[in-house]
Amino acid sequence: MAVAEATAGASAPAGSTQDVAISVRNASVVFGEDDDQVVALSDVSVDFADGGLVTILGPSGCGKSTLLRLVADLVPAAEGEVSVFGHTPEEARRRRDFAFVFQDATLLPWRSAIDNVRLPLQVGGGGKIEQHASPEELLALVGLKGREQALPHELSGGMRQRVSIARALVCRPKILLMDEPFGALDEITRDKLNEELLRIWQETGTTILFVTHSIPEAAFLGEKTLVLSAHPGRVLAYVDVDLPHERALSIRDSLEFVTITAMLRDLLEKAS
Amino acid sequence: MPPIAAAIGLIVGWQLIITVFGVPQFIAPSPLDVINVFGERGDILWLNFWPTFMEAVAGFVVGNTIAVLLAIWFVHSSLAERAFYPIAVFINTIPIIAVAPILVLLLGNGFAPKIVIAALICFFPTLVNMVRGLKSISPQMLELMRVLSANQREVLFKVRLQSSLPYLFAALKIASTTCVIGAIVGEWIGSNFGLGALIIEATYNFRSPLLYATVILGAGLAVTFFTLTTLAERWLLKWRPSAAI
Repeated sequence: MAVAEATAGASAPAGSTQDVAISVRNASVVFGEDDDQVVALSDVSVDFADGGLVTILGPSGCGKSTLLRLVADLVPAAEGEVSVFGHTPEEARRRRDFAFVFQDATLLPWRSAIDNVRLPLQVGGGGKIEQHASPEELLALVGLKGREQALPHELSGGMRQRVSIARALVCRPKILLMDEPFGALDEITRDKLNEELLRIWQETGTTILFVTHSIPEAAFLGEKTLVLSAHPGRVLAYVDVDLPHERALSIRDSLEFVTITAMLRDLLEKAS
Repeated sequence: MPPIAAAIGLIVGWQLIITVFGVPQFIAPSPLDVINVFGERGDILWLNFWPTFMEAVAGFVVGNTIAVLLAIWFVHSSLAERAFYPIAVFINTIPIIAVAPILVLLLGNGFAPKIVIAALICFFPTLVNMVRGLKSISPQMLELMRVLSANQREVLFKVRLQSSLPYLFAALKIASTTCVIGAIVGEWIGSNFGLGALIIEATYNFRSPLLYATVILGAGLAVTFFTLTTLAERWLLKWRPSAAI
């Protein structure tokens, strides 16, 4: 871990004085037609710092996934503006500024792990990207060295999600949007992937927005946590997670951690 | 092993019933009579086998190709789907035996009406399954392709077509046997060649052993097509978790 520590130390100060990666201004998202409209997000304004790891927490129906999809150009804003490094979400999508990791690994079952990682380079003009990462190295980064040729059904749920993270990183995105990526995994696998995500974040310097409904996960991963309230989705709080930059799973037993989760739980109770 | 033993048992039983009860040959021939026909009238059987084979293959190819292309169109245009799907359902509801004479009147007495009938009978199951198969990809996979800014053509070739293969093969396995039925039914109407024509002729002349031999040949053709389709499915769908069927 010595290397990771050094990297962490180097990038830690960036946590205080960074540029804004994503800026959301007075954004509302509405689903449905005239009569049965549902307001998923209402007047949300929030900035996400470049290089940061923000966890987005809230009760179900609070629009946390919708916020992520708004940034990813998967849902349009009814009102307000979203800017991704000064571009609209659509421009940012075409520039491959961000990548998306879904709750389901969403792998093509007939493609081997390595060929799934290559997919972004084969569609949507991805072939023109010259500065892409090596799929082999990415699979090694997520701990799947030697399983390059395995088909998705030959891998466990956790391994499939690792492949999908490697696929998300192949175009060297500036932003990683993760929508409850470990929500369907068992707790042990989830803990391990949480640790590895922190390591990957520190090694790549990617900005990460991580949606979760787990309070410990939100506190363990986040530099900051955005708490949303439900019906309609609004920003309830945007709190700094006051924990050391370098975290091991054991931190979850510390008093500081428990204090933070208690505070988040308190906020969530108000939210629902 | 058990199915082979059972089949042999049934054939032996059939032979015994014919011999013991002295059933006349024109009502029901014994298995030995039928086997003899393959030796004695092999030339007639072969001569009529090839037209049926060609019609079934051509009908299979034409019917399934049109169904697949139409399904691809439907998936990309909901207007086309709403406009033509009901017509496809309507065509499917017309009994194929009722359409056959119309097609013979329209297309003459050559290969064409038989191929069209075989194609028609393959068409509908493949269309329905292919539309379902092309739509079977998860919403998340579509979102992934959108995040990657993939265009419709890339979604079709990288995702939809492979996802539809299990559905397509379910339909092709049905079509591989029904195309033979289509060709034979087509040959029933005033044709002078093919297994269908031979069935009609043998029936009118009480040549029961020849009739049985023709039916067996037709069944053999269908089983061969079915086996080939199943082999193609196993080869193309090797990536499936349960490749063994």
